Amino acid sequence: MNVFEFSLVLGAGAFVAGFLGSLTGLGGGVVIVPLLTLALGVDIRYAVGASLISVIATSSGAASAYVKEGFSNIRVGMFLEVATSTGALFGAFLAALVSTRMIGLVFGVVLLHAAYHSLRPHVEQPCGESPPQDRIATLLRMHGAYPTPQGLRPYYVRAVPLGFGLMFGAGTLSGLLGIGSGALKVIAMDQAMRLPFKVSSTTSNFMIGVTAAASAGVYLSRGYIDPGLAMPVVLGVLAGSFFGARFLASAGTRLLRNIFAGLVTVLAVEMIYNSLKGRI
Amino acid sequence: MPGEPKSQTGGAVETTMGNLLRAGVLLSAFVVLLGGIAYLLRYGTAQPGYHVFRGESAALRSVRGIVVQAFALHPRGVIQLGLLLLIATPIARVVFSVYAFARQGDRLYVVVTLIVLGVLLYGLSGA
Repeated sequence: MNVFEFSLVLGAGAFVAGFLGSLTGLGGGVVIVPLLTLALGVDIRYAVGASLISVIATSSGAASAYVKEGFSNIRVGMFLEVATSTGALFGAFLAALVSTRMIGLVFGVVLLHAAYHSLRPHVEQPCGESPPQDRIATLLRMHGAYPTPQGLRPYYVRAVPLGFGLMFGAGTLSGLLGIGSGALKVIAMDQAMRLPFKVSSTTSNFMIGVTAAASAGVYLSRGYIDPGLAMPVVLGVLAGSFFGARFLASAGTRLLRNIFAGLVTVLAVEMIYNSLKGRI
Repeated sequence: MPGEPKSQTGGAVETTMGNLLRAGVLLSAFVVLLGGIAYLLRYGTAQPGYHVFRGESAALRSVRGIVVQAFALHPRGVIQLGLLLLIATPIARVVFSVYAFARQGDRLYVVVTLIVLGVLLYGLSGA
């Protein structure tokens, strides 16, 4: 396979990843690294670098649509970005210290969790509608309101320190593995801080690009980001997620979501198996 | 504030922010595409070698080096410049947020946003 064929195969794979990733909300990043390492035999450090770049692209592209809808809570997002971006720096430094085997193993476990998370039926948490009890959230003026069919609905943010800690963890994984770790971010905001689902998912998407940009600089200076590899990945994922967003409005995504979760599970097992065998 | 309508910063700021992000992504994708076409024309028949990690060449690891390579129209340098623009897009959003919070007189969040900006610039400072 020469460079041209390699780029074509990679671009097509990235297109499918971006398409399915935007349909299911899992993001394309989770399948880019397994595609590169397992199918194309790329060293995981190059793979993580290319994936991280694609995460910035999809997050910024999608956020441009989200911010206009006014669901995202910009104060919560910005405050938590302090945690995710420092976590991302930490993760990027960690990536140089641990073995590629270890990275592969952690990646597999995170993939399994992402698949599980996407399949679990979403239960809307009773989001804090009572008057604010969390003094930190009040102090930081995080409470807000979001539009519903019944008009604007106020919500009250809770458990800021716990959310902050979880976000540091999400940032570390993002910096270590080159993914957006959107699933973890949503969990922290949904379940710990009790933001309404619409607010947490849009705010999360908004934060992913900033988190990834923090570790991207470290990756770049360490030589993890290869233009020949990142070019087809970025263009493929961007095109795929663009069409995915168009498709989202029309089709039955339930089936696709199941297929994607199944695919991610298989990739997770492969990643774990190959890491244990020392092939990554 | 509880019950504050729609969002915390007002529609105009968010529209500008959305446009900023979209423009950044489109511009960088365009640069990557141009570099990519030149790259494939020049190196298309070569053999890819990503099985072994050697790390990117020193010239394409630093902001300065990338700019030099891109303006010399080396295809890989042009792609890398596009990727750099992509990394800069969320950073530009954070810079814009500093301005937006400052205009609202929200000092607390100006400080929070400046901390985020500091972390981002620190990450890039190695490059």
